[in-house]
Amino acid sequence: MTMSEALPHYVESNRLEHFVNYEILGKTALRVQRWRDQWKFARRRPRPDSPLNPPLRSVVHMKEIMSRHYLEGRYAAGVRKVAWVTSGAPTEPLQALGYFLVYPENHAALCGVRRKAQSIAEEAEQAGWSRDICSYARTDIGAMISGNTPAGRLPRPDMLVCCTNICQTVLHWYRVLADYFECPLVLIDTPFLYQEAHEHEIAYVKRQIEDMIAVAEEIAGRSLDEKHFEDVMTNARRGAELWLEVLNRSQHHPAPMTAFDGFIHMGPIVDMRGEAVTVAYYERLLAELDERIERGIGAIKQERYRVLWDNLPIWFKIGEFSNWLAERGVNVVASTYTFAWGELAPMIDPTRPLDSMARVYLHPILNRSTGHKLDAMKRIVDEFELDGVILHSDRSCKPYSLGQIDQRDRLVKTLGVPALLLEADHNDPRDYSDEQGSNRLEAFVEMMEARA
Amino acid sequence: MSRVASIGIDAGSTTCKLVAVDQDGAIVGSSLEPTEPRVELQVQRMLDEIRAEHAVAGTAPTIATGYGRKLIKEATRNLTEITCHARGVFRDLGRAGTLIDIGGQDSKVIQVGDDGRPVDFMMNDKCAAGTGRFLEYTAARLGVPVQELGPRALSTAQEEPISSTCTVFAESEIISLIARGAEPDSILRGLHRSLVGRVVSMVRSVGIVAPLMLSGGVAKNDAVREMIAQATAEEVILPREPQLMGAYGAALLGM
Repeated sequence: MTMSEALPHYVESNRLEHFVNYEILGKTALRVQRWRDQWKFARRRPRPDSPLNPPLRSVVHMKEIMSRHYLEGRYAAGVRKVAWVTSGAPTEPLQALGYFLVYPENHAALCGVRRKAQSIAEEAEQAGWSRDICSYARTDIGAMISGNTPAGRLPRPDMLVCCTNICQTVLHWYRVLADYFECPLVLIDTPFLYQEAHEHEIAYVKRQIEDMIAVAEEIAGRSLDEKHFEDVMTNARRGAELWLEVLNRSQHHPAPMTAFDGFIHMGPIVDMRGEAVTVAYYERLLAELDERIERGIGAIKQERYRVLWDNLPIWFKIGEFSNWLAERGVNVVASTYTFAWGELAPMIDPTRPLDSMARVYLHPILNRSTGHKLDAMKRIVDEFELDGVILHSDRSCKPYSLGQIDQRDRLVKTLGVPALLLEADHNDPRDYSDEQGSNRLEAFVEMMEARA
Repeated sequence: MSRVASIGIDAGSTTCKLVAVDQDGAIVGSSLEPTEPRVELQVQRMLDEIRAEHAVAGTAPTIATGYGRKLIKEATRNLTEITCHARGVFRDLGRAGTLIDIGGQDSKVIQVGDDGRPVDFMMNDKCAAGTGRFLEYTAARLGVPVQELGPRALSTAQEEPISSTCTVFAESEIISLIARGAEPDSILRGLHRSLVGRVVSMVRSVGIVAPLMLSGGVAKNDAVREMIAQATAEEVILPREPQLMGAYGAALLGM
């Protein structure tokens, strides 16, 4: 069976469709939608019953940017070269070559937030994929074989780039994608770092990035423009720096943004790092946060306890947790997960793009030792003046969850802060039990109350 | 008759407990019943009964705990069993330490600080294998009443190891053991060992701060207490009414 027979929902567009449906109609409709949202925002009445302060105004811009990205995705196949990439893949050369990038992990998270992940993952399970596989992988494979996606339609890839700096599951997952889509798969193997990266490891990753560029150039039918590449790298660095600044603004009391907001506002830095629109967006967001800080407005109305979140969010519970915790005066002000897209900004050097990329893509938190993560958590607890830590033990994300029992114990014993291990899953509601979960969360809040 | 200054209710998954305390925190009345399906009505009745028997101050707070706590409309506040058990046991035994609460639906290890507040805790709430339900369910297969479980397990030196960690599959294992002619008391001893093994690994994970203290319904089972002491080489002490500690702590926290 050919790919088009197995996956009939992956259709190609032409330039006219792309121009009319995306460039003209789509962009205009999204702009009008944003104006409407802004108008609604301005007329919003205060909600005395909500424990949260009004959301950040910038969110309407983010919604427009992300919707535009996914909308273009519907019409990208056949018009632009498309690459499907892992969240930690070295994408900057692909952007400079004009590729449209799809992040299946981000797409799966979108399904999770919209509470569609389970039904889509079941499509994959019915086709034989085990429930023990990561729920992102199941969600995306389910969407791929069924065509069922809240994004409308994803463009089929011309190439796949899989980088193992986040987990080993992606290796197998992308082989499945390569089988289905019958397109080249580039693997970037990043040795696990127990300490800092050695020079030979950096050279090894750099060589693989060079190989990736060669494949991408061949598929795109053009060569990488050095100047354009440097611009993308400059944007990537600036975007990451701004994102880091955005996150660090929550060191203020009260914090102007929660980590739950962060999980939503991280969309552009994940999906569009290296683009000017991302830089502009985080400049806007940062200005709004500064305005909040100046006026003493916190993300929640009564910030009594400040907490760190470790691991991916529980996408299908974000809104509920955010409210529930805010009602009890708990502001989750930081997360190790959102930092992952900002903390490496200082390593990005646009004048030495390949060397610095090799270094950056070796150093994500998930490619480093559990001791490194513990140190990072201790530093955040200290710098953000936190009262507790919630460690989401994520059934799907084994590399992130590994070591959490010891990390939790050490946080409790060395810092004396309450720390909670909360067993759940980032996308699959079947792996979270509400009654037991909320009981643990309540006990955790009571412990912070007892210390206060 | 002492005046009731605060009432604690522990609406647990297996039993429903009520404790009334006077202004000094001494227990003046208590009741304990199997949990009924409509726990809110049951608690209302239990409250009416305590009010009929004792003079209750008009301002006496009612604090609810246990899995059914949110259903108790009369409660002025509700708190988790973690905080309540820690407080109740601390008041009764007067010391910090490591508290093991084995309830009907879950088991918890709570490190109780010098002021009676929980410092850290761990819960087994994913699987019934480490809970009172494990013994109740598997003992039912052997036709032994719950209160006889401990004495019968201690009555023999023979022990049939139970390898399954799952309550339901342990039952199938018991059926095969019976079919092979194993003694019910030896099977019971093996079942206790299995439960204690899981509880002790949780205790070790939180870390032992001596002494070990037991609360919850299963604390009344001597075999469990003895086996925990053996496995940890630590002294295991019990409050006077281990099953009431959640409700007692809730009443104390209302004051």
